[in-house]
Amino acid sequence: MLRYIANRLLSAVITIWFIATATFFIMHAVPGDPFSQEKAVSEDIRKNLEARYGLDKPLIQQYGIFLGNMVQGDFGISYVQENREVNDIIREHFPVSATLGVVSLLIAVFAAVLLGAMAAVFRDRWQDNVVLIAVVAAISVPSFVIAALAQLAIVKINSTLGWQLLPVAGWGRVSHIWVPALVLGLGTLAYLTRLMRSSMLEVMSADFSLTAKSKGLTTWQVFYRHQLRNALLPVVTELGPTIAAITTGGFVVELVFAIPGMGRYFVEAVQHLDYTVIMGTTVFYGAFLVLMVLVVDILYGWIDPRIRLAKGGLL
Amino acid sequence: MSKNSAAKQTASLDFSLRKARQSSQEFVATPEQSNPLFGQRLLKDRRALISLWVLVSLMLAAIFGPLVWQQSPSQQWLSHISTGPALGIDAEIVDIEDTPLQAVDEFEAVVSNTEQVLLVWPNNGKNYRIFRHNEALPPPGIPLGTSNTGWYSDQLQLRAEPWVYTLIADDNEQLSVKVTPRPAISVFEAKLQGLIPENLSDQQAVGQHIRLPAHPLGTDQLGRDMFARILEGARTSLFVGIVAPLLFIFFGTVYGALAGLLGGVWDDLMMRFADFVVGLPLLLFMILFRVLFGFEAGDSGVTAIIVAMLLLSWPSSARLVRGQVLQMREQPFVQSARLSGASNLYLIRHHLVPNLLPLLLVSLSFAIPQAIFTEAFLSFIGLGVSPPTASWGSLCNEGIKTLLTHPHELVFPALMISITVLAFNSLGESLRDAVDVKGRDNV
Repeated sequence: MLRYIANRLLSAVITIWFIATATFFIMHAVPGDPFSQEKAVSEDIRKNLEARYGLDKPLIQQYGIFLGNMVQGDFGISYVQENREVNDIIREHFPVSATLGVVSLLIAVFAAVLLGAMAAVFRDRWQDNVVLIAVVAAISVPSFVIAALAQLAIVKINSTLGWQLLPVAGWGRVSHIWVPALVLGLGTLAYLTRLMRSSMLEVMSADFSLTAKSKGLTTWQVFYRHQLRNALLPVVTELGPTIAAITTGGFVVELVFAIPGMGRYFVEAVQHLDYTVIMGTTVFYGAFLVLMVLVVDILYGWIDPRIRLAKGGLL
Repeated sequence: MSKNSAAKQTASLDFSLRKARQSSQEFVATPEQSNPLFGQRLLKDRRALISLWVLVSLMLAAIFGPLVWQQSPSQQWLSHISTGPALGIDAEIVDIEDTPLQAVDEFEAVVSNTEQVLLVWPNNGKNYRIFRHNEALPPPGIPLGTSNTGWYSDQLQLRAEPWVYTLIADDNEQLSVKVTPRPAISVFEAKLQGLIPENLSDQQAVGQHIRLPAHPLGTDQLGRDMFARILEGARTSLFVGIVAPLLFIFFGTVYGALAGLLGGVWDDLMMRFADFVVGLPLLLFMILFRVLFGFEAGDSGVTAIIVAMLLLSWPSSARLVRGQVLQMREQPFVQSARLSGASNLYLIRHHLVPNLLPLLLVSLSFAIPQAIFTEAFLSFIGLGVSPPTASWGSLCNEGIKTLLTHPHELVFPALMISITVLAFNSLGESLRDAVDVKGRDNV
């Protein structure tokens, strides 16, 4: 097991190094630099700026300096937000994205388990149809449209009620989180609902359900203690890719709801060619995703020994 | 019913005959053998048929629509900014009048059409501020300007519905008048849009009634016909949505198959490389390719989107195909074919490709909605197609800005995206069910 983890960690480090290298050279291949976006500066000032950020050195030397600093965990200072360290930007804005992601994941998983189980129990009745139609609708509308419509709905509700039930946008209070989190998790919710429904249907026709029923347990006991728990397994195994989907999908929701998360800063950094912020956020996201996949893989092995054997066999 | 089952019987009879005939020649599963079953299952599925029809008509609309619908997606109707869906209306050709000649006894509108509302009141030298409102606005409404000459000409093109003009003097004296402008079009605009001949003199033109073209889905904030723009957007969105997945699935298939066939160290290295590609930031590539593939006026930016998607999206299909190839290598029918002396090329052509095709079709129909969403997302953050090229994503993005006042500008393109995505998704599900008999009843 330890060997497996060490192996995976080594390949994770190599992957992150590759990502950092490729991003570094692609970024510098884009014509222009962080200073060419703003109003023109005089030649002397430009030289000074370039010297300060080390842009006057050959690219390969810049790459060496970057790698050396990255190994020490230092990504430098932002070009656009002056005197702000990239690490500070990440430290300040990642928790926001993470909070949003975790809440939306929780909402998605709980709602999906509830709706999926309900749809399965009421198979082919109206409850099932309503859930299925809602699921199809949720995966067919682009997330930014859903976000805009949700905002519109909040505005309408607030103006009908005459007082503010939910804020339209922003961040800072608990009430700010619910709508963006729901919008962010909607795709995942829809996907997990269908998964839950089909896995529940499978479990309901399994032999152990029949056994439990014939032992004289009530419908509720069979449902809660035997069927629900077993039906949850496939949903749990899908959580890994889901976490990735939610972290990367955060851009749109953060933009529309004016949430100061990492996604928004990444988009802005790319648009302004803010070299250091691009590198910092890309490497951070890459490392985060790689680690998440690793953690989930290890957890699977812990939950289900059969998977661990299979993984070990592959390596 | 009986006809159906008879047809099924014939088909299965035919199938088993062919199977028998073939197995006498060689121990292989050829495409002829697997496809009738696959196609048959698909055609029995009502959902798949409906989706197919929807998609075919969408594509026909994208290809032939702009030829049939004569309005240009870039032509502006300055008198129809952000109007809702409307049929063609009769409009009077009018000239904008400069100054009122006659004096009046009370506040009134001597000219009132959608091009111009000319307000006149008894001139007493007082300075009035002019406001305008309708049902949607609280009185007195939008401030338009001030006047102390006894008249004011409102030439901000109006909709042909009731409006109330209010004058407020500096001493708070208030006058108001209700106006319902007649539909009209100016001589200049009518000539610009080719509704009347260029050489017609103004005197001849004024007073004539002409029929304005219909805007079945309304117009956008620059007065362009939404239907024409959605048809143009269909070309862009469907082109990107179909071509990009075709390319990256093809590349991913070749890559994955190669990794699976080579095996060993090569397989390991190639799949590690795929893992690394997944972590690359799409947005950065988008910017780079937009610069590389021309950023000049008139360049739509479609090439950049397709290349960026091709370079970053292939790993998932590569992984899928590699898994299949690894699995297939151990299958008895492949091993027996190998034992009979089949070459690698033969194995690929007669075993690998036919067995992979249905699977690839399924992943293609799921990749297309994903690609349409990606294009829409890129357009939303301003990295997609460049204006004036329309795509459904860029139309949605423009529509969001006027969502509160003119919802039709968002609703129609969003609806097109949803219908397309829905059709591709359900087609994909039907394909998957047709490929994989197991689990068909559940999902």
